[in-house]
Amino acid sequence: MFPEECKYTKEHEWVFVEGDTAVIGISDYATGELGDIVYIELPDEGSQVHQMDPIGTIEAVKTVAELFSPVTGEIVEVNEAIIANPEIVNKDPYEEGWFIKVKLTDPEELDVLFSHEEYAEFLGEQEE
Amino acid sequence: MALKTPLYDSHVEWRGRMVDFAGFMMPVSFEGIVAEHERVRSQVGFFDVSHMGEIEITGPAAEEFADYVVSNRVKKMVPGQICYTVCCNDGGHVLDDLLVYKHSAERVLMVVNAVNTKKIFKHLSALRRDGVRVDNRSGQIGQIAVQGPASRDLLLESEFCAPVREALRNLEYYRFLTFDYRGGEVILSRTGYTGELGYEIYLQAEKAGAVWDELLEGGRERGAAPIGLGARDTLRFEPAYCLYGHELDESISPLEAGLSWVVKLKKGDFIGREALLVEKENGPERKLIGLELKDRGIPRQGFPVLQEGKEVGRVTSGTFSPTLRKALALALVKRSLPQEAGGLAVDIRGKGVPAQRIPIPFYQSHVND
Repeated sequence: MFPEECKYTKEHEWVFVEGDTAVIGISDYATGELGDIVYIELPDEGSQVHQMDPIGTIEAVKTVAELFSPVTGEIVEVNEAIIANPEIVNKDPYEEGWFIKVKLTDPEELDVLFSHEEYAEFLGEQEE
Repeated sequence: MALKTPLYDSHVEWRGRMVDFAGFMMPVSFEGIVAEHERVRSQVGFFDVSHMGEIEITGPAAEEFADYVVSNRVKKMVPGQICYTVCCNDGGHVLDDLLVYKHSAERVLMVVNAVNTKKIFKHLSALRRDGVRVDNRSGQIGQIAVQGPASRDLLLESEFCAPVREALRNLEYYRFLTFDYRGGEVILSRTGYTGELGYEIYLQAEKAGAVWDELLEGGRERGAAPIGLGARDTLRFEPAYCLYGHELDESISPLEAGLSWVVKLKKGDFIGREALLVEKENGPERKLIGLELKDRGIPRQGFPVLQEGKEVGRVTSGTFSPTLRKALALALVKRSLPQEAGGLAVDIRGKGVPAQRIPIPFYQSHVND
């Protein structure tokens, strides 16, 4: 259900690292929990973010969630497509529905994130 | 402990996301709130509303009693008629909003919100007098709402409705008919909570599953599918139907919530009347208004409504309207707020998002189609 090459957080963000850049989004589990997403607020390109800081807001029809940055660094790209059409995130959370790209300051931080296997286990506990 | 409705197994089979609502395991969504919402606006959807409470008032003084405990006119209704009303406390605040079904002067059914069933049953039982029986029948009755433009045709085509086909074809809004289904009484009413043409079916709980399956299966070509509580809320929000716990509660009067049309102060004595008379005389403190956000964000219940930075009220319900594709809110604000008040905003987590007052209902209902 969710890509093996990504790292994950307890808050259900995913991180995919390409060189020194992390692509960040939210997991399929998160979109399922939220339901139809109708509005996304993200920081501007060039903003500095810190690991586990709340950096954005995801509003669904019934509920609202905060987006936490899984990493520290500078935002180098924001996915304008999901701001214009938030339903993309529901349809395709791992590809078209990515949120931001962050140039990593400290790649070692990635170690504290869940591996695919750990996230699967974590989701199993959530279901119980 | 959460109770299961008689349709629980069907919800699981349809892969509904189940949540605890008022002590019942209920589906909040199936295919997604927006898709379900659109299905009801354009085709037809099925709601399990078995969690609703049914309280039956019987006896020679049933009608008299019902008329005394709710604000609308029960005595004036004809058999087979339904009214929407509120049940107030002595202070004129709302204990519940409900439907009253008049079978006859000796038999009246009250359909109350699941969260309030016990409270209202206790309240009515305490007031009970000679010539009146009050029975809580909630546990024995299943309830199915079939809502949407295709609802009438779906029911007309069904085997289930065959005994009353002609009467159903001509059934008017807020009227009901009864018939026998396999030895048990069925109430079929033209009512609903979506703003669309629609019907509600009350029947013995143990028969609800078979009827639900039969109607849903028979309606597949018309687009029939189950709808969860999430879309039930957005569907009621657009035509600005009140929801208990949001626009109504024990600190809100029906006059504030825009329900003066169900408060018949001239009908004679009823509980809460004196307080409501005084309130009407002085003017209610607050009024229910509609707001449209002019910037991005979703207003939610409890968010402050600001005018020129000062709080003038609170959001009672707010969401993204799937039909209008806008972020809208219902809000209780000070009555003194001018009709054309400018400088309005909703405080969304500390940020004032500009808002404009717009007329309610947000969506013109099609209940009379």
